[in-house]
Amino acid sequence: MGFINVKKKEVQIKIVYYGPGRGGKTTNLDYINKKYKQRIKTEMVSIKTHGDRTLFFDFLPVDIGKIHGFDIKIQLYTVPGQVKYNATRKLVLKGVDGIVFVADLQRERRDSNIKSLEQMKENLLTHNKDAFKIPLVLQYNKIDLKDQGIPLLSVEEMEQDLNSELKVPYFVGSALTGDSVVETLKKIISMTLISFRKELQ
Amino acid sequence: MYNVSQEQLETIDVTLKEDLLSIGVHCAIVIDVAGNTIAQLDDGHCTFDVTSFAALAAGNFAAVDAMAKLVGEQQFSLHFHRGENESIHFSKVNEDILLICIFGQDVSLGFLRLKTTEVINKIKIIWQR
Repeated sequence: MGFINVKKKEVQIKIVYYGPGRGGKTTNLDYINKKYKQRIKTEMVSIKTHGDRTLFFDFLPVDIGKIHGFDIKIQLYTVPGQVKYNATRKLVLKGVDGIVFVADLQRERRDSNIKSLEQMKENLLTHNKDAFKIPLVLQYNKIDLKDQGIPLLSVEEMEQDLNSELKVPYFVGSALTGDSVVETLKKIISMTLISFRKELQ
Repeated sequence: MYNVSQEQLETIDVTLKEDLLSIGVHCAIVIDVAGNTIAQLDDGHCTFDVTSFAALAAGNFAAVDAMAKLVGEQQFSLHFHRGENESIHFSKVNEDILLICIFGQDVSLGFLRLKTTEVINKIKIIWQR
């Protein structure tokens, strides 16, 4: 949950990168960490398995400057994508303010994307949050694989599978090359801040 | 989203200082279950990254809480990690906030638990205002 600290004049916001396993959630945070190194005062925290898969979450705090005299502190989290870690995913969603759903463009990952999004909606409901109301951005990741001849889903197919009801903003990109990573982040931050302002009014 | 008034935050700071730092606690942190830091006071010697600590602490507490429910417990009443030099004690203030104390060998766990119970009651009252 977003927290406004009037004493320290700061706003803390929690944004979670959600999506199927090996979809590129951690890679998004890795890219942001490298790109904004000068603004990030701490090391990225990652709780991983021995096989380098996310076990609990990755955590990256980013300061984005001041709005109306308040320091805006964005706390980025990823969830573990592997199917067996759903209990952990639920925990990481606690108090979430905005979500980036990182979907995998690879055709063979089509079912994983759909299942992961459906489970996210269910998990949000356990925290009394509604996927149709919470700030949400979709990222169709791994467009860089197109050049390697790997069969990818079209944007129309992705939209049909994931966004036909939600109708939220989406970006086609590559977390590995950084394509659309910053645009996705900027969009979710602005949507979350607008949602805060509405709540305050 | 929520906010806490400056007066509430200052009163929490006073409580942490008078009841916990005064008995030798090195660092006392109040966080919410999402991992945001609400208040933090230390003895001036704590150099670790509080933001990351809060995120990990919230995750750790939530994981233990979920484990308790899996074995049929409402919650585990003692949540404590003992280190060689520093130990960490977690307590739940209410459904939304947690109190975490980092302390050395000069503070006994029993005494700390008594003091944290007092502090929790005080913070609950401050929170309801």
